[in-house]
Amino acid sequence: MHPVLTVFWKEVTENLRDRRTIMNALVRAPLLGPLLFLVIFNVQINLLLKNADKPLPVPVVGAANAPNLVTALTQEGMVPEPAPENPVIAVRRQLDKVILVIPHDYAKYWKRGETATVRLVYDSSHRSSAQPVRRLRKMLISYARMTVVQRMLARGLSPNIVLPLIPENRNLATPQSRGALLFSILPYFIVMTTFLGGMYLAIDTTSGERERQSLEPLLSNPVARWSVLAGKLAATAFFALISLALGVIGFSVAGHFMDVRKLNIVLDLGVHFFLFTLLLMFPLVLLLSCLQTLVAAFAKSFREAVTYLSLLMFVLVFPSVLLAFIPVKARLWMYAIPLLGQQLGIMRLLRGHTPGALEIVVCLLGTVLAAAASFVVTMRAYDSERLAVSA
Amino acid sequence: MIEVENLHKSFGAVKAVEGVSFVARDGEITGLVGPNGAGKTTTLRMLYTLMKPDEGQIRVDGIDAVAQPLVVRRRLGVLPDARGLYKRLSARENISYFGRLQGLDDATLLARSDSLINALDLHDVVDRRTEGFSQGERVKTAIARALVHDPKNLILDEPTNGLDVMSTRALREFLFHLRSEGRCVLFSSHIMQEVVALCDRVVVIAHGRVVADAPPQTLRERTGAENLEDAFVEIIRRSENTAA
Repeated sequence: MHPVLTVFWKEVTENLRDRRTIMNALVRAPLLGPLLFLVIFNVQINLLLKNADKPLPVPVVGAANAPNLVTALTQEGMVPEPAPENPVIAVRRQLDKVILVIPHDYAKYWKRGETATVRLVYDSSHRSSAQPVRRLRKMLISYARMTVVQRMLARGLSPNIVLPLIPENRNLATPQSRGALLFSILPYFIVMTTFLGGMYLAIDTTSGERERQSLEPLLSNPVARWSVLAGKLAATAFFALISLALGVIGFSVAGHFMDVRKLNIVLDLGVHFFLFTLLLMFPLVLLLSCLQTLVAAFAKSFREAVTYLSLLMFVLVFPSVLLAFIPVKARLWMYAIPLLGQQLGIMRLLRGHTPGALEIVVCLLGTVLAAAASFVVTMRAYDSERLAVSA
Repeated sequence: MIEVENLHKSFGAVKAVEGVSFVARDGEITGLVGPNGAGKTTTLRMLYTLMKPDEGQIRVDGIDAVAQPLVVRRRLGVLPDARGLYKRLSARENISYFGRLQGLDDATLLARSDSLINALDLHDVVDRRTEGFSQGERVKTAIARALVHDPKNLILDEPTNGLDVMSTRALREFLFHLRSEGRCVLFSSHIMQEVVALCDRVVVIAHGRVVADAPPQTLRERTGAENLEDAFVEIIRRSENTAA
């Protein structure tokens, strides 16, 4: 048996006996992503649905000044409520999100056919006010528009005069691409799952081995250091891969618990998604294992390694989080950048397209090159005398 | 046979080893003795090719250890100061792991481990995970692991550290047994009784230099001391005087 395989099997066997590693790599890491994803998504979906259909309670000051207006708004879904004494204070204290104020001279202007004013009191620095304000404003504008039509018809004019142009919408979004927008956070979870899956192996096989003082006897065997390193990396990558595969399966299971049809979107996390995600992620698994091993090799103890690696994870996944919120137009060269390439590829899969052969090749090549470079750097670190000496 | 010539090693400004030379012969037990921080462990680490000397030569059975570390490691059995067993593997698995890394085939591996388990009396614990092993069981397992590939030369860093009287005796018997097989045994120690009981030859190191290299009897005669401990103290004292 080649020494790489010997080291690989020993590390796998040993770590399969460690409950901490099993819990982290095979249970916590693959479960954490899908569960978080499920919770975040369901909260989001409920918010969207709740606000869209529910009656909108709005305190109205001076309702008596415009009974017709209030009746019309009520038919649109507003529920008029008695006004507080001081609207400004009520809004500041967050007792109400929005208050409608109808001035006492409203009727005077209305009857003359002049522009009447109503006032919306709200505080835009509270996020929760945005939705009710938007809905109330929409109701008011549609009431105003209806009145325009009525008044023009009464004067024998065509309402088309004030509508010289109507923008017509033709939205090309498919239910699946709309889903992708909502699930843009998914690649982040996939990378995180992979990272967590390999993390404990990377630590155990390097700083863990040093802490147990077993690295020195190990290195007294007639085996080149690169073989020892390659075996350890293979074990780390192996655990990361299993964690990744379990995680993606977890995501497709979680997908079944999401009532996505309510939003008229489609989420397809089937076999096709699974296979292509694994393909795109494979070189990234190698790269992450190398980086984790490199960082952990410099740590003096298990704890120190955990701290360093948590930091590394933050540095690595931060761009993915950013990308989930900042829209980027995908270009071919972007696929060559590790993490970014995977992110773009997975997003494309979520939108219901398979990435082109060229994109896949560029993505795989770019990440493989980065993994090879980091392997060389890690090997250099492994060759140093200081690494082996325990005390 | 291990031959060391004019070995030097520094860590930054600290000169750990400054011109150590000695020979450890086959069929002899050679003791490397010296106070803490004298450079024993660093010397041994260079011998088993964990570190490269800044200057000087090491030959194991005539092979240059700096030029051909992998070949030399095949001829060496090493018990480092840090025993470092894998806690989640059984004693047998620990031994097998190193046997495979030494390139043994399955049949040889099985035969060698069984004979070592016999010789070191490890039967009762061999299939238990090494977590929770006593100090003696740990050292025995580490020695079996170091000898699995039947090396001609053996380097042991403080082998009896932390062992009780019975285990120490058993280990001594085992080392004599290895000597009778014609192996070259080199070990470091700071316990004088042990050196007297075991060594055919004593190499005393102080401040990174060899200050004496002779059989125990000769050392006692030369210093005029009753026992080796006094001889040792006398040698160290003299070397400090000449250094100053």
